[in-house]
Amino acid sequence: MKRLMMIVIALVAVAASPVKQGFDVGDQATDFKLKNVDGKLVSLSDYKDAKGYVVIFDCNTCPYSKAYSQRIINLDRKYTAKGIPVIAINANEGSGDSFEEMVRIANKKKFNHPYLYDETQAVAKAYGATNTPHVFVLTKELKVAYIGAIDDSPRNEKGVTKRYVEDAIEAVLAGKAAPITKTKAIGCGIKWRSAS
Amino acid sequence: MKSVGLLVLGLTLAATAAGQIPQIKLKELQHLLTTKGERVQVVNFWATWCAPCVKELPLFEKLRQENNSVDITLVSMDFDLDPDPGKVERFVTRKKLQNKVVILAETDPNSWIDKIDKNWSGALPATLVVNTKTGKRKLVQHELHEGDLEKLITEVSN
Repeated sequence: MKRLMMIVIALVAVAASPVKQGFDVGDQATDFKLKNVDGKLVSLSDYKDAKGYVVIFDCNTCPYSKAYSQRIINLDRKYTAKGIPVIAINANEGSGDSFEEMVRIANKKKFNHPYLYDETQAVAKAYGATNTPHVFVLTKELKVAYIGAIDDSPRNEKGVTKRYVEDAIEAVLAGKAAPITKTKAIGCGIKWRSAS
Repeated sequence: MKSVGLLVLGLTLAATAAGQIPQIKLKELQHLLTTKGERVQVVNFWATWCAPCVKELPLFEKLRQENNSVDITLVSMDFDLDPDPGKVERFVTRKKLQNKVVILAETDPNSWIDKIDKNWSGALPATLVVNTKTGKRKLVQHELHEGDLEKLITEVSN
């Protein structure tokens, strides 16, 4: 009888815990292999000397992505040289976010960072990305160090008081924990393929 | 000269009548979501730039006509990117929205998104349906479709 009770309690506990979606801070992230705007496949493991990674779920059409695109370019300029590459991934459904449109935007804005096409949305789902731009800062060992917004002022860079991503990258470079590990921001929800 | 003055006055009055969307603070929004009352609160978070938000707005207008026992509030999050109330006012006039529209006038969303709902990512559109009497609430973080609102209202009412 006691044993049965234990089983019942265990079952209830399992049923009550929500299905975990995506990565949390401290989790082990997974690598991926996605097509870049130049047609080549890109994986995190391609960066043999990386000291960490900045994975950004982004898109062509969201006004927040537009507001942040120069700041993403600047992050890439500043940190790729220091061994932390910026890798943007577009998982958004819709004609404005087709591969052809991604190529056009990447050329127009002269992206140096890869801009990868997550056509099946499997990578965005595995990471638990919800918004654009949604940033995951990873350590060299692919441990999630930070999840959230780039900074605290989408409206304009002049208003920024907290550079969440830069602070997290500096912490990863120093082998420390990010000062702020998780933030939330208003933004465009990623448009999923089937109505969720 | 006098007629020009009158014309200017007339234009000013017209602009005032079309506009005047209340700008609210987080405290007022929390008050709306937590003050115990008989009526279910349907709160939609949207922005003029958000295509799926604009697409689902007619569902809230339809609900207003069909169900007068719930309160509907459309909370514009436009200020986060652009603090121009005129943009929201022009949109509301153009779309002839009948529901109550307010603008959330707050900065630093990271400090308050969890206070609206800890399960909300901050992505738009989002809709909260709250039974303030029981505290039962439903959060939807994607575009709504025909019939969804009615279902959510039933779910929090039971």
